[in-house]
Amino acid sequence: MKALICIGHVPDTTSKIRFTDDNTQFDKTDIQYIVGPYEELGLTRLLELKAEIGSLHITAVNVGLPEADATLRKALAIGADDAIRVDADPKDAMFTAKQIAAVYKSGTYDIIVTGKESIDYNGGQMAGMVGELLDLPSVSGVSKITSDGSKATLERETDGGTETIEATFPIVISAGKGFAIEPKIPNMRGIMQARRKKLTVIPAVEQAEKTKTSKHYLPEAKAACKLVAPDNINELVRLLHEEAKAI
Amino acid sequence: MSVLVYTENWNGAFKKSAFELASYAKATAALLNSSAIAVTVGKLADGELEKLANYGIEKMITIDEAAFSGFSAQAYGATVAKVAIAQNAEVVIFGNNPTGEAIAPRVAVRLDAGLATGAMQLPTNAPFTVRKRAYSGKAFADFVIESAVKVITLTQNSFKLIEQPVAISEENFDAEIPANAGAVKVTDLVKASEKLSVNDAEILVSAGRGLKGPENWGMIEEMADILGGTTCCSRPVSDLDWRPHSEHVGQTGKVVAPNLYIAVGISGAIQHLAGVNSSKVIVVINTDADAPFFEAADYGIVGDAFDVVPKLNEALKAFKANS
Ligand SMILES: Cc1cc2nc3c(=O)[nH]c(=O)nc-3n(C[C@H](O)[C@H](O)[C@H](O)COP(=O)(O)OP(=O)(O)OC[C@H]3O[C@@H](n4cnc5c(N)ncnc54)[C@H](O)[C@@H]3O)c2cc1C
Repeated sequence: MKALICIGHVPDTTSKIRFTDDNTQFDKTDIQYIVGPYEELGLTRLLELKAEIGSLHITAVNVGLPEADATLRKALAIGADDAIRVDADPKDAMFTAKQIAAVYKSGTYDIIVTGKESIDYNGGQMAGMVGELLDLPSVSGVSKITSDGSKATLERETDGGTETIEATFPIVISAGKGFAIEPKIPNMRGIMQARRKKLTVIPAVEQAEKTKTSKHYLPEAKAACKLVAPDNINELVRLLHEEAKAI
Repeated sequence: MSVLVYTENWNGAFKKSAFELASYAKATAALLNSSAIAVTVGKLADGELEKLANYGIEKMITIDEAAFSGFSAQAYGATVAKVAIAQNAEVVIFGNNPTGEAIAPRVAVRLDAGLATGAMQLPTNAPFTVRKRAYSGKAFADFVIESAVKVITLTQNSFKLIEQPVAISEENFDAEIPANAGAVKVTDLVKASEKLSVNDAEILVSAGRGLKGPENWGMIEEMADILGGTTCCSRPVSDLDWRPHSEHVGQTGKVVAPNLYIAVGISGAIQHLAGVNSSKVIVVINTDADAPFFEAADYGIVGDAFDVVPKLNEALKAFKANS
């Protein structure tokens, strides 16, 4: 069995976000990049499945500039077997999805896993778009997967409750919370091995962009917090009612 | 031309989120000088159609649920895309929720449309621009959609309800089921509890590791009850199984924007704040005056939750009794 896991190259979750050039560009100064947290869960669970099923080849794929190679190496260190980087600036979801679809078509994969959403533009678009481009079923926000290698049982949280889904391959899924419990941290051996694993760089296929980010904004700074003394609770209730009109 | 909005119904009835989506669709239609049309899967209960008409929806397209064998993103996507083409829709709107997340990208591909997820306010036109959440709530971004057809998902609780009654017509539409849609089948659904969900609530009472253990959540639930809200929690609390995962808010949990967010015993880590900083009013109760959460708060009490919360509950009860 073969799996393709889409790895996002995103700012560390603790990053302070800033912009430059009149708020049009993300300021990369001092930013540490990581494997997206949902993709990390996706990869972790695929590695567990590999042990459970016996054989599963895991290819990590990223659409990005050369700076993303370090993130792909991290995925290799966690345990992916090889990696592919589509050499392009992933400016738009449709463009990125088209690249992933092209990679899928160039191999014989049974399952494509993406993260539920990237933590930069929070698109959450990849699984559905790739599925539609390839005419494959997609299940998004998967919180659990088990498989015997020929079919998979998935769980997905919806507003109505938890769905159990039986799926056959090939399929596209996005990994949400719960997909794996703790993300796997690369060990020394993994890091050493990662240096020798294959990372192939391929050119992008053509696809016009549909969206463009024109400007960024930071949330407005809050006015200073009004502190109320613990023995003056009624004052908090009054403020919430009269001033904030929240109750 | 039209603006098409996907409104989910629950056993035939709409929730408030559908009225928010209808209001948003109507306002978008007004911006583009076109009309607002809704689409729903499953038969509506009596009177529900009129409820949507109250928010400016002029036509309801109903699709028979029996054609689908449970929810399939592929089949729902194909069907909604077909409706959009039939209705000459220039904008298609979904909620930014698990259903919208599953269908919207597929619809966007079918319609060769640009997609902006997590919109926070009404689009502006020429160029068609959607302000959306970015960096997990640490920033916002203006997305210009350049395609002829645009697809948007709206962040819940970010647009106000606008009543403007119109006459509504109803039309049935046949589902479009792709040949391989049977490759995924929903075999079971464990229904969410009847409790108000974290996304639907306008008041959230949230608690963190400062509460020491799951046995101490009684006072948190009590506060949520008094205020007509619901409870949620920080990530470690759900990781420790003190509370269900559905209550986890933050960067890797639910992103919420209630009118009032009360945080008890939560430090206010950047990943937690990312998911809650769009709340209109934030109250923080924490023993540590230096907890980062106070910087994001409107009101705060430096104090022990086990002392403050019971007193606050009494005060809120008295307030509710008098109002
Ligand atoms: C990739 C990644 C993603 C993450 N995503 C999320 C996320 O989505 N959501 C999230 O919440 N976290 C997330 N985190 C974790 C986050 O960094 C924090 O660890 C977490 O939010 C801390 O939870 P807490 O505030 O409940 O606990 P703590 O940090 O332990 O804080 C407990 C607080 O309670 C206070 N306290 C103690 N006793 C009392 C008392 N008696 N009365 C009142 N106050 C008291 C303390 O002063 C302290 O401020 C993420 C982390 C990573 C690395």
